[in-house]
Formats: sequence, structure tokens, C-alpha cells
Amino acid sequence: MIRLAGIERIFRVGEEEVHALRHIDLEIAHGEYVSLMGPSGSGKSTLLNMLGLLDRPDAGRYEFEGHDVTRLSDDEQARVRRERIGFVFQFFHLVPRLTAEQNIELPMMLAGIEPAERKARLARLLPEYGLEARARHRPDQLSGGQCQRVAIARAMSMKPALILADEPTGNLDRHTGKEVMAVLERVHAEGATLALVTHDPEIGSRAGRRLRMVDGAIVGDEQG
Amino acid sequence: MRFADTLQFAWRVVLGYRSRTWLIVLAMAIGVAAVVAVSSLGEGARLYVLNQFGSLGTNLIVVLPGRSETAGAMPGVLIGKTPRDLTLDDAFALKRSNAIRRLAPLIVGAGDVRAGARMREAPVLGTTADLLAIRHMELARGQFLPEGDPRASLPVCVLGSKLANELFGAGRALGEWARIGDRRFRVVGVLAPQGESLGFNTDEIAIVPVGAAQALFNTEALFRILVEAKSREQIAIAKSDIEEIVLERHEGKRDVTVITQDAVLATFDRILRALTLAVGGLAAISLAVAGILIMNVMLISVTQRRREIGLLKALGATARQIRLAFMTEAVLLALGGAALGLAAGKAGQLAIGAIYPNIPFAAPWWAVATAPLTAITTAVVFAVLPARRAARLDPVRALSKR
Repeated sequence: MIRLAGIERIFRVGEEEVHALRHIDLEIAHGEYVSLMGPSGSGKSTLLNMLGLLDRPDAGRYEFEGHDVTRLSDDEQARVRRERIGFVFQFFHLVPRLTAEQNIELPMMLAGIEPAERKARLARLLPEYGLEARARHRPDQLSGGQCQRVAIARAMSMKPALILADEPTGNLDRHTGKEVMAVLERVHAEGATLALVTHDPEIGSRAGRRLRMVDGAIVGDEQG
Repeated sequence: MRFADTLQFAWRVVLGYRSRTWLIVLAMAIGVAAVVAVSSLGEGARLYVLNQFGSLGTNLIVVLPGRSETAGAMPGVLIGKTPRDLTLDDAFALKRSNAIRRLAPLIVGAGDVRAGARMREAPVLGTTADLLAIRHMELARGQFLPEGDPRASLPVCVLGSKLANELFGAGRALGEWARIGDRRFRVVGVLAPQGESLGFNTDEIAIVPVGAAQALFNTEALFRILVEAKSREQIAIAKSDIEEIVLERHEGKRDVTVITQDAVLATFDRILRALTLAVGGLAAISLAVAGILIMNVMLISVTQRRREIGLLKALGATARQIRLAFMTEAVLLALGGAALGLAAGKAGQLAIGAIYPNIPFAAPWWAVATAPLTAITTAVVFAVLPARRAARLDPVRALSKR
């Protein structure tokens, strides 16, 4: 599903050049559950952004579902993100003035899906993520775990093939973190490919495939 | 993204940041209200002046002695040299023109009007019976100056309503004797109250036959001749006829000035319209200021909503969708401001209208149309920069940490 070949990413911070990604070669198959671990600054978030088409590599080739996506225009990349990729962030990134259900609806709105179809999907998503009672609450009226469930429901609203989670439990207590992981793993079990970045070895070790990054390079790749 | 969704998204932003929304709507509203109120003031003044001139009569031509060298339009300013008086004979000679329906010579002076022990100083007009029709005057009681030989110095007079009331008490002037200067006149008519027109209050005047006025003021010279052309189309013909006749009678000297009401009206119309445009334009500057405010507030909003914009991009929003969302927001704000401004401008116009009921204040259609249009255009123009900045935002940086 994903094939990275010779991906390089260099940031310029003042005079200095920071090699965020060094010659990354990586293949991820359909339905895999991959965790990315490593010290901060090792480039794991940069790699995740690259996979999510939020960032462009300075060199190398990225094939997503068999197509070279590095050469796509911004708008075409936006379409791939919209239709095929779901994001879950550490800080949830819910729009504060919108209710839970309006937040979940956002990707479908951007995709131009008819209101009737959106209502139907909402009616399915809300109970699936245990949010029926909270549908009309704003993010500031929700707990951290509920916020992250809203964010996951939002990511799933377009039925994406790939879910990218950047420290999804980083802002939650241990108990809620476990709950959120259970939700993500259920999503994976239903067929989506899941890639997650984490600091927490306990969470990282649950993945079927564990990548270790140091200084912008992949130094470990364990399966099973 | 469906248009209805873009609209709804922008609408929720507008509702979501209330103080910001009010600030922009208020700035826009003040600009629009200023344009509407100020231009309706100008338009009111214009209509007022036009009405005043219109009430002087229809198809009116004014002949005055002396040649004005300037093209100025104010009758009172047109006092040139007077090499030769304009006489009654000149006036009646004008009747030769086929384009003229009627005319009235005018002698004006000030006189003491007495009745019994009461005395008022009043403008005294010497004229003929036709003045009533030419100047659209109306009688409250009795009759106007008699037809017949205009030179006959009949001892009759017609009084303005206020003058009649002050001299004789309400409703009792008819048939009484009034003394003007050293002559006695019987009051044959009282004018209906008409109020002021062009600073000349017909309620306070006394009208006597022109022959009597000549004797009273001891002069042959006419102050004006008021001429009514047969129709609007004949005004120009009447004017050239008048000039020709007077030229002939004055041994080839062009020593009268002929003013047509149309020319005066047109001049005033032009001046006041330009004035209205100018003050309306000044008010429109406040709209530009409001536009700059919109730009500032929206730039701040782009910075504040960095994470939201980054999120939208991650969720697959295109640059165009984000630009459109911000532009729609600006248009909504401008529409709100324009609506509020139109309402406030209308209210202001009604308030001023209540204070000065004589002046027909009305916002001209072009101001009502252009003020909101300008508001929306400014909003759109000034939203371009913030919208582009939002659309160009790098999602990775926008989303990274807090």
C-alpha cells in the first residue's frame, strides 16, 4: 500500500541544516499495524506527516496505493488526504466553536457529501464511538478521552484506507489512553491500515510491526 | 464543498466570534449609514431648492434690466450696469411674440402700510392681473387686481395673509381702506398663505396696480418682467423673441438679461448634485477605513485560527476552499454591516426629516445601491490578503504543538 524509496527531508533552521529524514526506504502493506518509536527529534513525526501528504520530501519517491503521489499537485494531494487518509492528533485539534457532531461532519462537508448521507453516517458513527449523548456538546464540554473519540470518528467518517495517529494518547491519562488505543485497534481490526507515533513503549509494543527511528533513519524493524 | 456548506461554515465562524463580528459589522454599518445619511441630506437640499424654483411658476422667463457679463445664475447677483430702464412699454411690446402666453411687469419697493392706527412696513409689488397666474398664487378671499388697462392707477390692493391679519385682524380686511405711503387703497383681495419661496415671503407683501406703484415710488423703471412661455418647447423661442424685441426698442443695445427658469434650475441641479456626490464620497472613505479594519481583524483571525486551518488542510481542504471560506465570512460580515447601516441611515434620515419637515430628505437611489455594494467590494478586496495567507499556511507547522 505504501512504498517509500530514498526519501530525504532537510529543514533549514537559520544557518544549520537539520536532516530530518535520511534515505528512508519503507514498505507498509494493506492492513498493517505499525508503530513508530524513537527519541524526540528522531524524525518520526516528520515521517508520519510525509505519509499523510502534509509534507513533501526533498528527494525520493512515495507511492501510495500504487500511484506516485510526490508528483501530485496540492489540490490532488488534498483529494487523496480527504478520501483515503484519516488523521488523529495528540492535541485532538477539534474546532472549538463546533459541536462534536459538527466536528465529525467536517471532512464529509469538505468532500461535498450530501447532507442526507452525512446524517446517515453520523447516525452510525456516534453510537459506534459512544458519543450519542455528547453529540451536541462543544469540545470544551468534553473530556480528553471523548475529544479523542470525536477525532477518531472524524478521521473515520470518510472511511479512509490509512489512519495516521501522532501520539494519540500523549495528552491523556493512562486509563483513557488505553481506552483510546482500544478504539484505534478496533478501527484497525475492521480493515484500516494504522500507523502511530508514540513515546510510550507499552503502547508501541502492541503494534504488529514496530519501527525504531534515530536521527532521521529507521534503525529497527520488528515484526510479530 | 457545497456552497450551502461553505455558507454555513462561515456563518458559524461569524456566530462563534461575536465581539469580532460586532466590531466589523459596526464599522461597516457606520460607513454605509454615513453615505446614506449624508447623500440624503444633499439630495434633500437639491430637491428643496428645485421645488423652490419650481414654485415660482412654470415655463418662466425673467427679464431684468442691465446686461450681466458673467454667466452666473443667481438673479439677485445679476446687477449689471443699467444704461437704460426697462419700461412698461417694453413689457407690453413683448406681447408681440407668439411664444409668450402672458407676462407681468414688476415694480418692487418698500412702503409703510397703514390701517387705522396700525402700521407695518412691507414690500410693495406693483404689477398686473396676470401675475396671479404666472406665479401660481392663490387667493384666500376676494379677487386679484382687475384686468383692464394696466396703466390705470386704480386705488385697489391685494394683501398677503399675514399682513392682512396683522392690520385688520383675522378675516376682516376685505373692503377696508389701507394707506400705502401717501395714497389710499381699497383691499379687494387677500392671498392664501403660501409661506416663503426663495426668501421672499408672499404672506407679508402688498400688491398694487403697476400704475399706482409707478406713482407711489415715482419711477418708470421696472424691476423685472416675468414672462410665461406657451410651453416648455417655446421657452427658447420666447427668449430669443424677447432679446430681439428689446434690442429693437433699445436702439440696438443689448441691455437686458433674460434668464430662463430651466437654465437656473439646471445650474442648481448640477451644483447640488456635485455637492451631494462629493460629501457622499467623503463618507465613502469611512467604508475604506472599515475595509482596512476588516483586513486587520481577519489577519489576526488567521493567526488565531492557525491550528483550525492546518486541520482543515489535513482533512483534505484545498487552498481554494479555505480562501472561499474566508471570503464568504468577509461577505457575510459586510452584508450584515450594510443592512445595519442602511437601517441606521434611514433612521437618521427620518430623524432629520422630522426636525426639518420642509426639506424632502430622501436617500438617492444611487447611494442606497452603491453604499452596500462598496461595503461588500471593500470587504472582498481587503479579505483577499488574509484569505490567501490562510490558504498558504503550512499545515505541518500550523498543527505542530500548541
